[in-house]
Amino acid sequence: MSKVEPFQAHHFDDVEQQHEASWLGMWVFLATEVMFFGGMFAGYFVYRHWYLQAFAAASNHLDVLLGGINTAVLICSSFTVALAVHSAETDRRKPLIAFLLLTIVLGLVFLGIKFYEYHTKFEEHLVPGSSFSFEVSLARPAEIFFSFYFAMTGMHALHMIIGIGLMTALIFQARRGRFSSFYYTPVELTGLYWHFVDIVWIFLFPLLYLLGRHL
Amino acid sequence: MKSEPHVSIRTYALVFLALLVLTGLTTAIAFLDLGGSINTMVALAIAVGKALLVILYFMHVRYSDKLTWVFAAAGFFWLLILIGGTMDDVLTRPQLPPSTASVPAQDYPR
Repeated sequence: MSKVEPFQAHHFDDVEQQHEASWLGMWVFLATEVMFFGGMFAGYFVYRHWYLQAFAAASNHLDVLLGGINTAVLICSSFTVALAVHSAETDRRKPLIAFLLLTIVLGLVFLGIKFYEYHTKFEEHLVPGSSFSFEVSLARPAEIFFSFYFAMTGMHALHMIIGIGLMTALIFQARRGRFSSFYYTPVELTGLYWHFVDIVWIFLFPLLYLLGRHL
Repeated sequence: MKSEPHVSIRTYALVFLALLVLTGLTTAIAFLDLGGSINTMVALAIAVGKALLVILYFMHVRYSDKLTWVFAAAGFFWLLILIGGTMDDVLTRPQLPPSTASVPAQDYPR
């Protein structure tokens, strides 16, 4: 029987078992997230196949430059999260807090750019609904494209907002000295979540912004 | 649980650079006309490559035990069934012979 650490819950034999349960539990959760976003991706592929021309025309109304910048911002934030986990592993509290803060800032930059893009879509009457306006022959299927656009990027943005909330909580806990190289599971698992959200965007960017350029 | 760092900062930095380069690459290729579905295939292949880099290095799966591999792969395996099974139907519908049923089959949208 190993020494009981203060952070060990009583229903686990030892801290390693506790860590493995948390780690695998997070992967199961991420698998359900893959299914959640997967449904929207499957729907996107079907309608893209049916309305190829309209999807290409609608996709060309998205701003590739802003989408590309946001992709880079998100990759930077994945890097800072990886460095935050590394700081926790090596017992360095100040860098841990700094990298978590940097991640939040990058997340907010992403959401700010996203907000600006949404705003432009409203101005250009590209939001599905009664004021939607598009080249008449492609209008209905283009509306479907923008429904996918707002549903998928919207759910993605919601995940980012949740992630930023988790990071904020981690910063408060880190300041109180909750984490050490012996125990940093919450940092590690929040990192997994953030990387997953990054992966979703890695697929959203080419499918929504790029694939309309050439078919 | 006490552990050594899974991945060195150098490795993280290399993966980070690779991800940025691939993002630039996929954007540049999108503006070339490779003809038909090749653009789509290349873009998806690059996206899968980027996702693998994130999963293997940033998410530490490369350094994790077999059980983690199974858990991580299961999600994507089911995703493959979801999308593969759906597209298998959608893509092959035009190849079916015309229905002989007296009630006309609903035309799939164009």
